Amino acid sequence: MTALSALIRRDIRIALRVGGGALIGVLFFLTVVVLMPFAVGPDLALLSRLGPAILWLGALLASLLTLDRLFMADHEDGSLDLITMSRTPLELACAAKALAHWLAAGLPLIVATPVLGLLLNLDMVATGAVALTLLAGTPALTFTGMIGAALAVTLHRGGLLMAVLVLPLSIPVLIFGVAASQAVIVGPMTFGAPFSILCALSLVSLVVGPFAAAASLKHGLD
Amino acid sequence: MSGWNQGKMQLSGRGVICVRGGREVFSGLDFEAVSGEAVAVVGRNGSGKTSLLRLIAGLLIPAGGTIALNGGDAELTLPEQCHYLGHRDALKPALSVAENLSFWADFLGGEHFDAAESLATVGLDHATHLPAGFLSAGQRRRLSLARLLTVRRPVWLLDEPTNALDVAGQDMFGGLMRDHLGRGGVIVAATHAPLGIDSRELRIGGMA
Repeated sequence: MTALSALIRRDIRIALRVGGGALIGVLFFLTVVVLMPFAVGPDLALLSRLGPAILWLGALLASLLTLDRLFMADHEDGSLDLITMSRTPLELACAAKALAHWLAAGLPLIVATPVLGLLLNLDMVATGAVALTLLAGTPALTFTGMIGAALAVTLHRGGLLMAVLVLPLSIPVLIFGVAASQAVIVGPMTFGAPFSILCALSLVSLVVGPFAAAASLKHGLD
Repeated sequence: MSGWNQGKMQLSGRGVICVRGGREVFSGLDFEAVSGEAVAVVGRNGSGKTSLLRLIAGLLIPAGGTIALNGGDAELTLPEQCHYLGHRDALKPALSVAENLSFWADFLGGEHFDAAESLATVGLDHATHLPAGFLSAGQRRRLSLARLLTVRRPVWLLDEPTNALDVAGQDMFGGLMRDHLGRGGVIVAATHAPLGIDSRELRIGGMA
């Protein structure tokens, strides 16, 4: 347990220090969402109709942007070797790293959502619904993205490959995240059904992600 | 001071075959190291010295043969009883010297010793709050050595350990290795330069 909490604390500390990745994701999220009203034009009804989709896309792209460094940095400086050799199962170490990444890079996105909701003409209830769906859905993005990040390390390709691998996995999350938010804003569906599926997707990825990532890292030892 | 003398440990490899990128690096390699013994792995560049260390550390899968540690902790696998000191030093430039060391102490677990004392031993006690990014190559190496002292593991796998160390640093390191062997530890070191301690030579890739 000390091992895992040490790993989480270290990763959060690095992410929050100067040059860490935590701020980059939030800044990207802000940029995308702030620019969107200018691109769509002054149609307030359209804007609030598109709002949840814009916020979700922004959050998805922002988490992709920072995820590819999840294992790459540790691989480059040799930390990953020591983590693989350690007495902590690699699956748990992967889960701890993903959790740290979500705390440092995913939570700030959710905190920023209410502010950005104003820009998209979303009322309090709608903003709350989007923030809630992001809270339930972004862990799924992080934990499935981790699989891509692990593969990117073993295949020695970063960036683009990772996006191509991970995007199909995140489509269901996007669909049900936006569907649940839309249900609150325009109806006629209930909020509960898509939101439950979103939670289920997160729970599945919490289990599958660490095992798949660890298997990929072990397979790609060199 | 803990020791591993109680059961004589023996690290041995039988008929080890290493294949990297489809090319056979070495094959049929036999080696052995017992408690209190240092093995210096020598050979030309590309002969597989680093690969051998990574095979022992479980970071490469042997294409054939077996590597085993007899007389160690039966509950743990061989890699879990090893320290691996490679070319890459596993230090985070954004974290301070003390934070880097205490992270590895907490993460690697097992029996561990006072981090501040280890830093003093390797001569870094004046720089504990300095971010590791500001350290010189030799100081980074010293910080890696502090990890070997803070967390105790019976088997040390060292890849060119004296690289970047100054003369005083090499003497200091020689002393650390002698202490480790005196405690009943095992050292396998890949090296071009003399290790500075009594060691048995294991030459690989000589038949090419």
